[in-house]
Amino acid sequence: MSDNVKGLSVVLTNYEAEILSDWIKEQSAALRRAGGAMKDTELRDQCAEFLRLLRTAAQGGQVENLDGPKWNDVREMLGNISRSRGLQGFSPSETASFVFSMKRPLFVQIRREFGKDAEALADTTWLATELLDKLGLYTTEVHQKAREEVILRQQQEMLELSTPVVKIWDGILALPMIGTLDSTRTQVVMESLLQRIVDTGSGIAIIDITGVPTVDTLTAQHLLKTVTAARLMGAECIISGIRPQIAQTIVHLGVDLGDVTTKATLADALVVALERTGRAVKRVQTASKGA
Amino acid sequence: MDVTKNDSMEIRLSDHVVLVRQAVRKWATDLGFSLVDQTKMITAASELARNTLDYGGGGTVRLELVKQGPRNGLRLTFEDQGPGIPDLEKALTDGYTTGRGMGMGLSGSKRLVNEFEIVSRVGEGTRVTITRWK
Repeated sequence: MSDNVKGLSVVLTNYEAEILSDWIKEQSAALRRAGGAMKDTELRDQCAEFLRLLRTAAQGGQVENLDGPKWNDVREMLGNISRSRGLQGFSPSETASFVFSMKRPLFVQIRREFGKDAEALADTTWLATELLDKLGLYTTEVHQKAREEVILRQQQEMLELSTPVVKIWDGILALPMIGTLDSTRTQVVMESLLQRIVDTGSGIAIIDITGVPTVDTLTAQHLLKTVTAARLMGAECIISGIRPQIAQTIVHLGVDLGDVTTKATLADALVVALERTGRAVKRVQTASKGA
Repeated sequence: MDVTKNDSMEIRLSDHVVLVRQAVRKWATDLGFSLVDQTKMITAASELARNTLDYGGGGTVRLELVKQGPRNGLRLTFEDQGPGIPDLEKALTDGYTTGRGMGMGLSGSKRLVNEFEIVSRVGEGTRVTITRWK
């Protein structure tokens, strides 16, 4: 173990109490400014625990390589803190300040220990800076990963939310599509529609695209593929919800929807579907005067 | 022709195509495009952004509000450093594709806008500029 590492570890050991109280003061001031909702006791416990782990790790030497097994506990604890702060909505810099706010209290104590020995003071300070910078960057990394996990989960949820296949009559299914039809989504849509056709033995499926803002060639291609697959399973598809601006755009694009039946509204499509299954909707003649 | 506002976006992932559509929608709405004009411009942007991604291996799009005399318009420039298009005439033919699409995107988007310009060099990349006037 080099002298500098030994020096740092001595400072961490001898002045643990002073560093801790200073550090907590710095952080609670920063947290109050940020309006964070964190309990003082929780913060105190986190700081004390982290300082203890940091001291133990530093005593084992090897400050240069934080990937080593000696730093496992420190990394794990730091990871947990960043993750929980990330989920609580802390910004990355607020999360990293957990580590960076330790600099001043630590430097004060290093100065106290090495006061007159300028060389040792400079070397140890440099070592401490390097160490805390690495740990700070690590929190940012974990914070980012935690946010990415949240985004991924939301994407998954949206995928499921957006593809309900509903039975609107005996033998007639409706698929109200919402949002953009990129390939993953379309895949899910297609699968759930085909599955429901089998489950219900339906002969007609209405695909409603009222909620699809843009129909470009890829979207059109996906729609046609879905229609073809349904047809192979013995079900006819009707595409409804084609708004005027979409109709004009499709014409200019030059996309041919072929022999697929299309209707402006879901209601029109339902009428066609009922007709094809040999039914009709009739107004029941009742005296409804006055009410 | 004066450019009164401009912005640039990356097209590296399929999610970026969605973001490009949203940006074009916002710019077109702010310009006061009619619903049909908006939809045409957004659809053309969607086609070209996907071409940039799928065939150009990713690139950028520049959005510009342009003014020429009394009329305002929206100009989009899609640029990639991909393999380039060896035969532009063929690429602009309806139904021709080297991929798995319908082969309507490039020719279709040309019909959706007022001005369409394409420059491509094999091995260097492709640049497509479209403009729609209000």
